[in-house]
Amino acid sequence: MAVVALSACGAKTDAAGTSSDKAAKIDVSGDTVKVGLLNSLSGTMAISEVTVRNSLLLAVDEINASGGVLGKKIKPISEDGASDWPTFAEKATKLIKEDQVAATFGCWTSASRKAVKPVFEKNKSLLFYPVQYEGLEESPYIFYTGATTNQQIIPALDYLKSQGKKKLYLVGSDYVFPRTANKEIKAYAKANGMTILGEDYAPLGSTEFSTIANKVKASKADAVFNTLNGDSNVAFFKEYKSAGLTAKTMPVVSVSIAEEEVKSIGSQYLAGQLTAWNYYQTTPGAANAEFVKAYKAKYGADKPTSDPMEAAYTSVYLWKAMVEKAKSFDPEKVKAASDGITFDAPEGKVTVDGASQHIYKTARIGKIGSDGLITEVWNSGEPVKPDPFLKGYSWASGLS
Amino acid sequence: MTVILGQTFTGISIGAVLLLIALGLSLTFGQMNVINMAHGEFIMAGAYTTYVLQKSISSAGISLIVALPVAFLVSGALGALLEWLLIRRLYLRPLDTLLVTWGVSLMLQQLARDIFGAPNVQTRAPDVLTGNITVMGGDDPLTFANSRLFILGLAVAAVLALSLTLRLTPLGRRIRAVVQNRDLAEVSGISTSRVDRTAFFLGSGLAGVAGVALTLVGPIGPTMGTNVIIDAFLVIVVGGIGQLKGTVIVAFVLGVLQSVLEYSTTVSVAKVLVLVAIVAFLQWRPQGLYTLRTRSLV
Repeated sequence: MAVVALSACGAKTDAAGTSSDKAAKIDVSGDTVKVGLLNSLSGTMAISEVTVRNSLLLAVDEINASGGVLGKKIKPISEDGASDWPTFAEKATKLIKEDQVAATFGCWTSASRKAVKPVFEKNKSLLFYPVQYEGLEESPYIFYTGATTNQQIIPALDYLKSQGKKKLYLVGSDYVFPRTANKEIKAYAKANGMTILGEDYAPLGSTEFSTIANKVKASKADAVFNTLNGDSNVAFFKEYKSAGLTAKTMPVVSVSIAEEEVKSIGSQYLAGQLTAWNYYQTTPGAANAEFVKAYKAKYGADKPTSDPMEAAYTSVYLWKAMVEKAKSFDPEKVKAASDGITFDAPEGKVTVDGASQHIYKTARIGKIGSDGLITEVWNSGEPVKPDPFLKGYSWASGLS
Repeated sequence: MTVILGQTFTGISIGAVLLLIALGLSLTFGQMNVINMAHGEFIMAGAYTTYVLQKSISSAGISLIVALPVAFLVSGALGALLEWLLIRRLYLRPLDTLLVTWGVSLMLQQLARDIFGAPNVQTRAPDVLTGNITVMGGDDPLTFANSRLFILGLAVAAVLALSLTLRLTPLGRRIRAVVQNRDLAEVSGISTSRVDRTAFFLGSGLAGVAGVALTLVGPIGPTMGTNVIIDAFLVIVVGGIGQLKGTVIVAFVLGVLQSVLEYSTTVSVAKVLVLVAIVAFLQWRPQGLYTLRTRSLV
């Protein structure tokens, strides 16, 4: 028997009315199990996503070296989403149908995740998504191992508020994550006595920011909330500095710039600016020391680690723990086993919330140093329960 | 007041970038009727030249100065090579040059990806170019970014150099003669094939200089050429094909228009409005702002 077909329990018909009672086949013949790695290895997002694939491969190597999962070695199949959402959907289909992977790890932009979501749901295959995002989403076939809004954006706003920054300017890339995040920020501001002085979006990949920098400067805001993605940040921060704006006069808090991006944007443009994440390379703890050491040993001493990389690395271990608890690669059984799974991650202990398929994470605000590393200036003290639909916040009632 | 002045300066600086990317094209497309889709990749070649030089020269200032002539030569040589290999066979078939050079542009992008990797790269600007000059003091100072002033200066210098070359040098006279009437120029003893190649070298070299300027604004990547090539064609078509004066005026007008609209609306809306304005203008004046009077029979 070369291929074991795993069928889901109970045939169901989805909303569109198409029959989708067949679960994807998983190839567990032989002594390996295949997993898919789906990242942009080219295009505007490659600057960020290549590092995620690197750390996924590191986790796979480590797990294989310690005996694999359920006695099988993991065989990673890597595909390039090329910063192009239809390509992501196409490659996801290829990984599930042709390669018959047990689970897929990857995607970065919300646009790519939204593009592959129906593919994973239709084929009843699992995706582990490692990047912070705008929340307001749940899928029975996606595990979200990056932060949702209440583990990143809201703590960042709380921090700004505690620092007396009441007038904000919003700058973002023109697609789903910044637009949704800014909707939430505006609702938060309204409920917390903050003012939003302006809101600007640049097309993804755009490199002309002189007017936006002028608008930000003229607004005399207390701080800028930056949801730009990819290397638009390079052009934005160059222009920001050219306009004479600094971290002292008008700090920028970014939710999509981690150590790798700091390195390529240039710390001379970023020193003193703020970021909000759950993990930094400088986060203390033995698990992180080991992770940083292993990553540098594999990819070079000058390569930093970052939050999405850490969340990706952690996601492979979480999947392993779920599979071992379920004693099966069947996505339905893996899902059923997920609640309460914990892992001693580089960011600290994380726990899977089976109901939302998100995880408990510690929120951290950091300041970018002139050495390109980010040091923590605040943290939430304990892992925050994920609340993707912001049910715990009365001001957010009209959002989803 | 400072907002208006600041925004006008931004518009002029956007115009300077547009002018630099369109200038070389105005020579190869405007004067020679070759629709060179690979022009954007010559810009990319100039940008990567800057990147490579910065790897070997530690001082960002010196490497930028060295990059200007070197990028001119590298992109110019690429252009001359393209002319010699392919375009000279297609002068009578302008639409075919579009397809051929588009293919070349895709090949050059892939080549860049293979050599420099798919992720975009950045260069360090010299410290002097990362600051700004305060023009008016007070509570609300008007500041001009040094990098933008540098690009503006570069654009002005490039326009002057090109315009003087076309007006005053024997080469310029030969280029103008070939543009006006190729057959008559040929029987007057001008080697039109040599003039073609030299003009292509100059136009492509200017693309290389534009590439150096773009490294001061944003990241360098294999697809950066495709991001700017449409803007370059727009500037030339609206300015009047083959008209340096039109190219210069339209580049600055579109830059200021874009920045003013962007300030009062949003980036995306401004882009749409600029395109609507261009379409409306071309309805009114399909030949562009200026037109070339020629004795050419074709």
